[in-house]
Amino acid sequence: MGGLIKSSIARKVAMALSGLFLVFFLLQHFTINFTSIFSKDTFNELSHFMGTNPLVQFVLQPVLIFGVVFHFVMGFVLEIKNKNARAVKYAKYNGGANASWMSRNMIYSGLVVLAFLGLHFYDFWVPEMVHKYVEFAPEDSTRYYHELLLKFESPVRTGLYILSFVFLALHLWHGFASSFQSVGFNNKYSIGATKFAKAFSIVIPLGFIIVAIALHLTH
Amino acid sequence: MNLTLKIWRQKDATSKGAIVDYQVKGIEGDMSFLEMLDVLNEELITKGEEPVVFDHDCREGICGACSLQINGEPHGPDRLVTTCQLHMRKFNDGDTIYIEPFRAKAFPVVKDLMIDRSAFDRIQHAGGYISVNTSGNTIDANAIPVNKDDADESFEAATCIGCGACVAACKNASAMLFTSAKVSQFALLPQGQVEATDRVLAMVNQMDEEGFGNCTNTGACEIECPKGISLENIARMNREYLSASLKG
Repeated sequence: MGGLIKSSIARKVAMALSGLFLVFFLLQHFTINFTSIFSKDTFNELSHFMGTNPLVQFVLQPVLIFGVVFHFVMGFVLEIKNKNARAVKYAKYNGGANASWMSRNMIYSGLVVLAFLGLHFYDFWVPEMVHKYVEFAPEDSTRYYHELLLKFESPVRTGLYILSFVFLALHLWHGFASSFQSVGFNNKYSIGATKFAKAFSIVIPLGFIIVAIALHLTH
Repeated sequence: MNLTLKIWRQKDATSKGAIVDYQVKGIEGDMSFLEMLDVLNEELITKGEEPVVFDHDCREGICGACSLQINGEPHGPDRLVTTCQLHMRKFNDGDTIYIEPFRAKAFPVVKDLMIDRSAFDRIQHAGGYISVNTSGNTIDANAIPVNKDDADESFEAATCIGCGACVAACKNASAMLFTSAKVSQFALLPQGQVEATDRVLAMVNQMDEEGFGNCTNTGACEIECPKGISLENIARMNREYLSASLKG
């Protein structure tokens, strides 16, 4: 067990499992967001539940934050180790001949998603924490939709969100499907699982883009 | 055809190398890539210059000695062949060809295009074998039934010639495909079960100690492997490793 912590395979599996966890979170986040474009009340109700339920707030939220931090810190650690594994670079390297752009540039698509998370936290999470745990403002279960709408008034912010979702799709395109291989899942069901992962990596970010545009156009 | 070659020249392991330009003329399409380099070396020797050092042995795609990163790809642009089987008809008259050694911290350059791939030997020594009593009581291998699919997959894994193209192609210089092939060829057979747990732990540990990078599933290794070793072997090794770690 001791060797497991520092082994390359354990790191790879840890990246895959934390990534899979974040994929489930994305699906849940998207489901709630999607309700905002056809039912203000449903969105408010779900957001109120997520924002006030103690299990979500004090158990799932810290687990999620740990998952996000772990995934990107491990991503940086692996990137540095991998760069060190080839001290002298090739004068000519034809990476496109044998691997997709997405698979070769996970660190860059990941960095864009990380930068987006900074903006997203600044937009929603920080004001939410201040509202609830600093100002101890009285809870108004109908405020969520209005707050959401205000954020998407700016075309610049809406554009930044759309751009980020494109990079999220690029990141998921390789990351989701490759996580199966990392945990040792490569058999007759892999083709179907990979197709599902590729479809997910397009559908969910596209759904987020549709929500962002719909909210922007609501003004 | 006439070609411009941009070749990595490095005096020895400690010297700093650089790309040097050469012109070769009258190269025929039926020549192998190594024969083209032979032509260059004969010209260099005639001129009193130091020939370009490169690894080669069988020249029929079996031994795994030849290497070379050609125009940014291990063993060049062709698929399922080693450099010795790459024909010059894959190139055009007037082409510029970059020729570099396989690059990895674990594969230090010895001279010019020759690299030290003994890291692979040490991974193999760590557990790539089975212990059989050969003192006269050896059991006939044919007496042990083996599932046909397992036998085929094991054989496919065993066709790895250890050339190092997987490491050279990988953007992370990972040796997962090589190590997983060597783990798989025994993991799939009943004869390999006795030492299965120790084998995968020891071989992965040695692979990590040699300084190879981490696999990020780009699949470049599988595409560039001259023997078509499958990524399924890496998934199998991951399963074997996790299972062995939890047992140990």
